[in-house]
Amino acid sequence: MEAALSELTPEADVPVVFVKQRKIGGHGSILKAYQEGRLQKLLKMNDSEDLPESYDYDLVIIGGGSGGLAAAKEAAKYDKKVMVLDFVTPTPLGTRWGLGGTCVNVGCIPKKLMHQAALLGQALRDSRNYGWEVEETVKHDWEKMTEAVQNHIGSLNWGYRVALREKKVVYENAYGQFIGPHRIKATNNKGKEKIYSAERFLIATGERPRYLGIPGDKEYCISSDDLFSLPYCPGKTLVVGASYVALECAGFLAGIGLDVTVMVRSILLRGFDQDMANKIGEHMEEHGVKFIRQFVPIKVSRVACRFVDSILMLKGKKRVVLMVAASFSALTGKIPVTDEEQTNVPYIYAIGDVLEDKLELTPVAIQAGRLLAQRLYAGSTVKVRLTSFVSLPSGIMGLSCLLANVYHSYFWPLEWTVPSRDNNKCYAKVVCNIKDNERVVGFHVLGPNAGEVTQGFAAALKCGLTKKQLDNTIGIHPVCAEVFTTLSVTKRSGGSILQTGC
Amino acid sequence: VAMAAALRGPGARFRWRLAAAGGARVAARVAAAAQLGRRVAVVDYVEPSPRGTRWGLGGTCVNVGCIPKKLMHQAALLGGMIRDARHYGWEVAQPVQHSWRKMAEAVQNHVKSLNWGHRVQLQDRKVKYFNVKASFVNEHTVCGVTKDGKETLLSADNIVIATGGRPRYPTHIEGALEYGITSDDIFWLKESPGKTLVVGASYVALECAGFLTGIGLDTTVMIRSIPLRGFDQQMSSLVTEHMASHGTRFLRGCTPSQVRRLPAGRLQVTWEDRTSGKEDTDTFDTVLWAVGRVPETRSLNLEKSGVKTSPDSQKILVDSRDATSVPHIYAIGDVAEGRPELTPTAIMAGRLLAQRLFGQSAALMDYDNVPTTVFTPLEYGCVGLSEEEAVARHGQEHVEVYHAYYKPLEFTVAERDASQCYIKMVCLREPPQLVLGLHFLGPNAGEVTQGFALGIRCGASYAQVMRTVGIHPTCSEEVVRLRISKRSGLDPTVTGCG
Repeated sequence: MEAALSELTPEADVPVVFVKQRKIGGHGSILKAYQEGRLQKLLKMNDSEDLPESYDYDLVIIGGGSGGLAAAKEAAKYDKKVMVLDFVTPTPLGTRWGLGGTCVNVGCIPKKLMHQAALLGQALRDSRNYGWEVEETVKHDWEKMTEAVQNHIGSLNWGYRVALREKKVVYENAYGQFIGPHRIKATNNKGKEKIYSAERFLIATGERPRYLGIPGDKEYCISSDDLFSLPYCPGKTLVVGASYVALECAGFLAGIGLDVTVMVRSILLRGFDQDMANKIGEHMEEHGVKFIRQFVPIKVSRVACRFVDSILMLKGKKRVVLMVAASFSALTGKIPVTDEEQTNVPYIYAIGDVLEDKLELTPVAIQAGRLLAQRLYAGSTVKVRLTSFVSLPSGIMGLSCLLANVYHSYFWPLEWTVPSRDNNKCYAKVVCNIKDNERVVGFHVLGPNAGEVTQGFAAALKCGLTKKQLDNTIGIHPVCAEVFTTLSVTKRSGGSILQTGC
Repeated sequence: VAMAAALRGPGARFRWRLAAAGGARVAARVAAAAQLGRRVAVVDYVEPSPRGTRWGLGGTCVNVGCIPKKLMHQAALLGGMIRDARHYGWEVAQPVQHSWRKMAEAVQNHVKSLNWGHRVQLQDRKVKYFNVKASFVNEHTVCGVTKDGKETLLSADNIVIATGGRPRYPTHIEGALEYGITSDDIFWLKESPGKTLVVGASYVALECAGFLTGIGLDTTVMIRSIPLRGFDQQMSSLVTEHMASHGTRFLRGCTPSQVRRLPAGRLQVTWEDRTSGKEDTDTFDTVLWAVGRVPETRSLNLEKSGVKTSPDSQKILVDSRDATSVPHIYAIGDVAEGRPELTPTAIMAGRLLAQRLFGQSAALMDYDNVPTTVFTPLEYGCVGLSEEEAVARHGQEHVEVYHAYYKPLEFTVAERDASQCYIKMVCLREPPQLVLGLHFLGPNAGEVTQGFALGIRCGASYAQVMRTVGIHPTCSEEVVRLRISKRSGLDPTVTGCG
């Protein structure tokens, strides 16, 4: 906390009081401000005294990402005058991108495509076992992949601009900042400023990766913001962090043939089921990813390397250190909201990653944006409700392990039998509440196409799925998902869950 | 398909509590009875196909069905992935050749390991296994004949018939039996089938044609009338449309009249186009008949036991407890009348039967809402009612169909055609809009469909499905994003992320 405080003010003593982001000071300063009437004036800001006569827009949305765009498109349906302000502050490396937010540009989309590139590398190896006459070693071209990925992203950026235009949503590539009640200043990348007023505002600015604050981090390291458009192959990479961002990046980098090490301070995938997290780590290690556990980087410096061989000189090969966002604290400026996404200012709302204590997922932001617009403009009362299909350890769900039956099994995807790989590595588990008819409260799968498998079960969980219903459902054969219809061994029993074939 | 035992002495008879005939996958579950302390015997025998193909313990699924089919389907899919890989930066020289021999050997080896696994499992559970062909002597006794002609007798308190079915040969077509093969043979061929004509419109026909095309063979499918009879017809059209635009040739509305062998060894097939009445002919290396299956009841001597069969289908008539017309004789799986011809239903039926006979259970099978997947090049997963079934049952005004054309993210960089990637959810129109059926056409359709099948079993409504947050980015999330109804007439093409 001291570190965060030192970033805001040179004062080292606590308490330090801030009112509306303005530092007043300690006890003495607050008292003085009150006696002089300054405190009351500050608190009164945003009151009706300072309102514009009429508003330029019904709704100004700051942030053109998953949440912001969903809200914009929905609000436009009800003939509201909407503006979206989207601006990408370049990374320390200078990377920037277009409309669409994190998911489209530096998140879900490029991540999944690069994940697919890695999976295809494995497919090339498998295909030989299936009779395809592919060379034993196939090289991967980073630039070709990034170009293809960026082209697709570009088409999405374009698609969003067209969609906004069609729905008559005004879009400006400008950085929005509040300047007074109902007023916002938009600054474009040339420095030109414009002021707009709106009846309501929606903050959907999302997040950016955090740097660790060690010497050399901003100069020599990159983040997920840079990786997906890196113009050169990252080469031998150190990934610092243990979040899903870290592991996913490390995973696909290794999958396309790079030498990858992951530096983990403590545990993997904090907040996720640790049983599953460890299995993931194990699998990655078995497949060539190195892990350095219980270490943190303290300094990064450039080592001048010149690899010379008889034919050409490779210049500028630097060790790329990849830093990824670890966890975040409440001091990072997240916005707390009510369950209707309203901030402490009645006409300002917030959705998406910028929120405190909410799941940072594109579909959540999209749903929040859409529902918010419906509540504001279409008389709806529906709020966001989430299925916790993402693995939560039974502890967090309030069940002690005594009250839960955990059924589990290894399984071997049929497609992996012919290339003889990874037997008894894929794993399925359901957590059932003994006190509620063995209702399935947790679903976990480690295996190929996990997302495709999990989605339907998430819907089933929402419908109150019980173990008995699971057992009575016929499996589709032969697919991975069917394993869930034949789970019979509980963890408690200690029975063997090794698979021996069909 | 028989039960028999080598006996201690001439004329002596073993008494077994339960003897099951047929596919050991089913029997292994019935062998759960052995775990309940009963003496169980399984008798399995494979009558060679007309081509001479035979196989080991495990039944159709393991040897000439689901397993080898899915592996060859995977081989075909990998061919597509090799092409995709280039777009994703992999420097793989194209085009890549495929070796049937290598694939067949790998597939056959895996199947053999499963045969072995089954034998070990039976042994572990103390189930006696006999590789003999069985037929009834009376309602408690069965006679079995070994490959060498040795006869033995076996008697039991309870008998389970699980003999399944075999592919039908259209014997009315000249040359069909002599020169054609079936799914019993295709997975065991040592040499590539080459240019192949697949006759039939079943999922067997389309799946085989699909993977043959995918590994680079010249493949034609001859369909008499409609593809995938019994399945949702809109989905079936999309399946064949995809195949047609990816290299499979279709001869619609045609029936073969003759198969001749040419001097060089190739096959000449003559057929009639039913609309024009014209005849046509072409030459193939292989003709694969996929025109339906017949139950394996003909050689069982059922009349000696009193077990009745359906006059139309020849399948064994059973009640809800899987009992035949003879109380202590049961029938499960493909051989039983009115049952879906699926491995998982057979397995579950076997397990439940054993529990009813020897455990203290009274649980019956629920055959409603059984999910399935057709493993054509673009896979089709479905559960519940087809659109036409729903309309027939409830009336058009009471049915609401939500649908979407979507594009799998992985198709983008790979520049693949996603025209037939389509989802539809058939619901009741009245709130809360109960989901009657889900149909998914796209990659990994089985993985997508399984979980939703559970939701439907729990009585999922459209509203509940829509309140489920999507997993992004996947294909299955498109199911929980279905917003456009057919009735609205709006364009159901999904664009962008949200």
